[in-house]
Amino acid sequence: MSTTEAPPSTGTNGNGTSGYRWVGTRPVRHDGLDKVAGKARYAADLNLPGMLYGHILRSPHPHARIVSIDTSAAEAMPGVKAVVTGADFPEAPPKGATRNLMCTVIARDKVLYSGHAVAAVAASTRREAKAAAEAIEVTYELLPHVLNISDAMADDAPVLHDKLFTRGVEPRPTEPSNIAARTVYERGDVEQGFAEADIVIEREFSTQAVHQGYIEPHACVVDCDQEGKAVIWASSQGHFKVRSATAEVLGWDTSRIKVIPAEIGGGFGGKTTIYIEPVAALLSTKAGRPVKIVMSREDVFRATGPAPGAIIKMKVGARNDGTITTAKAWLAYENGAFQGMAAMLGCMCVVSAYTLDHLYVEGFDVVLNRPVNVAYRAPSAPAAAFAMDSVVDEIAERVGMDPLDLRIQNCPSQGDPTPYGPKWPMIGLRECLEAIRDSDHYQSELPEGQGRGVASGFWFNIGEASSATVNLNENGTATVITGSPDIGGSRASMALMAAEELGLDVHLIQPVVGDTEVVGFTDVTEGSRATFATGMAVVEACRDLKEQLRKRAAKTWDCDMEEVEWVDGSAVHGPGEQEPLTLAAITGNAKRTGGPLGATASLNARGAGPAFSVQVADVSVDQETGRVTVERYTTAQDAGTAIHPSYVEGQMQGGVVQGIGWALNEEYIYSDDGNLENPGFLDYRIPVASDLPMIETCIVEVPNPSHPYGVRGVGEVGIVPPLPVMANAIADATGVRISDLPLSPPRVLAALTAADS
Amino acid sequence: MRYAAPTTIDEARDLLAADGDAVVFAGATDVVPQVRAGRPEPSMVIDLKKIDRLMSVSLDGDTWQVGAAAPSSALTANAAFAADFPGLTEAAGLIGSDQIQNRSSLGGNLCNASPAADSVPALVVNDAVAVIAGADGERRVPVADVVTGPGQTSLAHDEIVVCFELARPAAGTSDAYLRLIPRTEMDIAVVGAGVRLTLDGDGTVSAASVALGAVAPTVVRVPAAEAALVGSSLDDDALAAAAAAASDACNPIDDKRGTINYRRQVAGVLTRRAAGIAADRIRTRNGQNGAS
Repeated sequence: MSTTEAPPSTGTNGNGTSGYRWVGTRPVRHDGLDKVAGKARYAADLNLPGMLYGHILRSPHPHARIVSIDTSAAEAMPGVKAVVTGADFPEAPPKGATRNLMCTVIARDKVLYSGHAVAAVAASTRREAKAAAEAIEVTYELLPHVLNISDAMADDAPVLHDKLFTRGVEPRPTEPSNIAARTVYERGDVEQGFAEADIVIEREFSTQAVHQGYIEPHACVVDCDQEGKAVIWASSQGHFKVRSATAEVLGWDTSRIKVIPAEIGGGFGGKTTIYIEPVAALLSTKAGRPVKIVMSREDVFRATGPAPGAIIKMKVGARNDGTITTAKAWLAYENGAFQGMAAMLGCMCVVSAYTLDHLYVEGFDVVLNRPVNVAYRAPSAPAAAFAMDSVVDEIAERVGMDPLDLRIQNCPSQGDPTPYGPKWPMIGLRECLEAIRDSDHYQSELPEGQGRGVASGFWFNIGEASSATVNLNENGTATVITGSPDIGGSRASMALMAAEELGLDVHLIQPVVGDTEVVGFTDVTEGSRATFATGMAVVEACRDLKEQLRKRAAKTWDCDMEEVEWVDGSAVHGPGEQEPLTLAAITGNAKRTGGPLGATASLNARGAGPAFSVQVADVSVDQETGRVTVERYTTAQDAGTAIHPSYVEGQMQGGVVQGIGWALNEEYIYSDDGNLENPGFLDYRIPVASDLPMIETCIVEVPNPSHPYGVRGVGEVGIVPPLPVMANAIADATGVRISDLPLSPPRVLAALTAADS
Repeated sequence: MRYAAPTTIDEARDLLAADGDAVVFAGATDVVPQVRAGRPEPSMVIDLKKIDRLMSVSLDGDTWQVGAAAPSSALTANAAFAADFPGLTEAAGLIGSDQIQNRSSLGGNLCNASPAADSVPALVVNDAVAVIAGADGERRVPVADVVTGPGQTSLAHDEIVVCFELARPAAGTSDAYLRLIPRTEMDIAVVGAGVRLTLDGDGTVSAASVALGAVAPTVVRVPAAEAALVGSSLDDDALAAAAAAASDACNPIDDKRGTINYRRQVAGVLTRRAAGIAADRIRTRNGQNGAS
């Protein structure tokens, strides 16, 4: 679905109807064959001569003071080459982000969650390392713990950090608490807004912490030499971040560290930080041998990546004609053991898909005895959308309007103010709403007994720093080296943009992710930024190369460069006195015209295009067991321009699937003593393929004017709408509205039973 | 940890008898994950899959002999067996994934002694008998008597379940098994219900067996539900009474997979639905026989 209203209409829609030769086509990804053949190298696949295996000992308690650690028994065990504890690491500053990172990697005076790393062993075999780690004697002084927001915010709650004073409160508190920060956004006068509203709906929602659920556990191999240099092979979303964060934790200069990116088996935001690399580095330094650490699935669940649970109170006012005028929101987000900015992001997102005259949004970031939050696709936005779009659905019901028409009536467009301040640039929310309204799915009759739900979702997308080097080879092929780990098909996108610029067959272009010493600094693959920002660097380098190619042709023809144009991969002589020179002809002759051809671009990408998605689902609900079956699902998303439509669709579908899992079954289940009871995929239920219908996709293309091809990021926003979509569809099917996730069979049946009686 | 792969029952028993820390496995789809999850490693694992009798599935007169280590996929691929025991076959086909079913076995599913084992309620309603080899030769025990509690069986350390004997169903008899899982596969039953019915010529229930899984420490046979069904024509009242009896028979726990109330409610629902499926199977078969 391409739009004709937004200029300039360079949309592609994947049907080959654009003016582009390569952008918008669907070549097989360059890394695809290796992956399906099992040849792709992930970090855990690497083995080096003399390599040791590291094992990390983790706290069995959610909150305790470390009284002492005795490693003597472990050090005497067979095969043990090195043991480290927090005492081997540089002292952490008293507070701040560096302390939080250092103390996440290894606990110092206190453990703050069950699974917190306490010590580590490197030994000749995995078995020896594990046995020795278990022989480390840690004496704990147990402290009371808090596992949920309400308990952590209570006046008499056990306090995790004695130097954490709530930010955003005046006067500044004098007592520490678990409330790390308060955020407020406001406009107009909400009390006046509610007084003028015909309908006011007030509801409270809760969502549970979830994990990104990447299939590949965190893994690294670190080899430190005697001069103090380290080579790290790691699975991450950003190897420059692995370098800087490892250096930060170890107090090393970054130049001591080289990071080689491995193929990544899923990240979804969860691999934007580090856990194990500094531990392996210190073990390797001590042992004088390379050290591999691979997390177990249990470690992954206990010690990495939750996206936070949240409690959100929404009060929304509207007029009888369906105009939403006023919203008041109170949001509290889990942060895990250390301060984050989950609630702040939630505050920015919660009403972003609506224009409002009056709003007051207040958020609280809360620390508690769980692992520290890490990004997960559009962090914080899904819970916020769950609250707002559930209430909006009720408003549509009350005023008797189609829920999509109501959203169209209230949707912002370019120039309207965002809830958090700046004005909206060109956005495609309206186009996404219209795409779903006009879709075959929404136009189809709802099958008997099913329910239909819709919702919309917003995510910012970001730019940040990227670098690319494009080298032309003597045979007329090109190598595109970027610093962005490829977590969703970005290599194919880089190759397509280079192909379009150079006029070169995409199959003659090899896209590569370069290590920290072969390509310029590049920020983490996050914020849906790789194809947008790193793509801009690729395009810039290719444009530089085109200049060079024209120059070489001019030299060959002994003419003025202005007489040479670059057309479809060849230098063309404007006056027509020369036969065109292909790229291969120029590179083959490069030694005689000035040497090899290559170009590098490094930039801070500005103008990331905000992303919106609108989705619809049909569900059936087993009224006697509470089981929900997703019968049909369609998602529309503004991609700006789809560089590789198949991988755009893959991102859209992947986000939806993860959102459905979040909505229906995923949750962290803690025992009263603070231990995670479901640290595995059996009882942490991400959807399996047979749970889902084919997710139908509708790519909307409202180009981002800040990108040479109009790209917006597509990686994240797809996960935002499914939470309210599921809740709204279930409400439609059963007449019962549930405001607490997950919508698992026991919860749905309990709600249906309660509504009956 | 050592690995042994005996080819005879005696050899397997001797290995087991000589080592108090040894365990047998008939697929290892539970043993291996349990060790990985931190359960102490056994000194030796004894693979029963190389013993012919434990791997065979055969019809001997009117009795099916199902090897204790025969993979689930050998049952789901056996049309004659599936025709006699569609519910038990479905239960075997629900364990794990397709790949797991090439390894998982009825003997392993029983002796792992999980309250949630899918095949056990279906074995129980079909009056399956476990043939157990021990020091004094073989003994025959109703499957319902093998498991004594979560992870506990009535087997001596050196005893091995060799096979299951299942009498071919009488005329007008069929079974069904249903389980509730939040997903569609790769999951463990929150509640399981097996039902076997015999209908006489006019559609009256002349015999009924009902067994529930995952609602108590061991599989629960529900005589009150059976009594509610026998003599009825599976009318709504009889089905409701059977469902209520099934709910009452539950002795579940609250855990990460479900609440007490949820399990009670759903046990009744699945019992009623499984009875309906078993009856439909009988009627369909009678219809086909009538037509032929």
